[in-house]
Amino acid sequence: MHWNSVSDFFAMGGYAFYVWGSFGLTAAVVAGEVLLLRAQRKSILRNLRDELLSEGSPS
Amino acid sequence: MNARVIHWFKFASPQNFYVLAGRMWPWFATLATLLAAVGLWISFFVAPTDAQQGEGYRIIFVHVPASQMSMFIYLVMAAWAGFGLAFNTRLSGMMASALAPTGALFAFLSLATGALWGKPMWGAWWVWDARLTSELILLFLYLGFLALQSSIDDPRRADKACAVLALVGVVNVPIIYFSVKWWNTLHQGASVSLTKSPTMASTMLWGMLIMVVACWMYAITIALLRVRNIILERERHTEWVKHALE
Repeated sequence: MHWNSVSDFFAMGGYAFYVWGSFGLTAAVVAGEVLLLRAQRKSILRNLRDELLSEGSPS
Repeated sequence: MNARVIHWFKFASPQNFYVLAGRMWPWFATLATLLAAVGLWISFFVAPTDAQQGEGYRIIFVHVPASQMSMFIYLVMAAWAGFGLAFNTRLSGMMASALAPTGALFAFLSLATGALWGKPMWGAWWVWDARLTSELILLFLYLGFLALQSSIDDPRRADKACAVLALVGVVNVPIIYFSVKWWNTLHQGASVSLTKSPTMASTMLWGMLIMVVACWMYAITIALLRVRNIILERERHTEWVKHALE
């Protein structure tokens, strides 16, 4: 282990903005893509159910 | 006929692939999570400080995986697209469309993390260098693919048009890969190649390779999830989708 303290770890030898920026951006993109796909699936399923319901019972 | 022969073409039907993809994605998601955990641990706690670049070099643990994914996804996407043109299989175009957004995101991450590395190391966020410029063109190719896809209403025609675009754009991938050899560029050469022994500490190399494999597993997970969405949308008027919902 080459970090002497927690603050040492977060400082990243003076490169904190660049290192945490890179990892943070990547994490945000990954999380965003997963959440977006989940929301997309939910909305597709909802629309399909609505279509099915309106077909089944003529209003 | 031998009953144990696997009928691969069975899975070329969207209906069967929808079920198969639904069974497969949790495995790939688990692998991606585990590998990313190990890879990140090595990236921050095992790999030593770089003699020249200090702690700033740790950006490569996301930059290299993102960059190689952006190129590799493009090749796989173009292969699916070409397969679709040649054999007229519906699933191929759906697979190509499922990969494009993830490829675009990796190309964006490659450029963004590269800029975050370039600022402290080169003193510039961006330079019009061969490697960077050809990677930017890759991002534009992905965006062009997505724009073309959404501009054509008939999905089958959109698949064909996009397949042609994807295949023409393949020429850019070797240009990115060899750009550091062909031109004088600011970007450093490959640290890992098939012909030479790697020029980095072995724990750095292992961390990077594990992160690369984690990204592959992630990309497969996402492609399977997205292709399921695409199949549901495109096949929504078929009987099997209606049955699947009930």
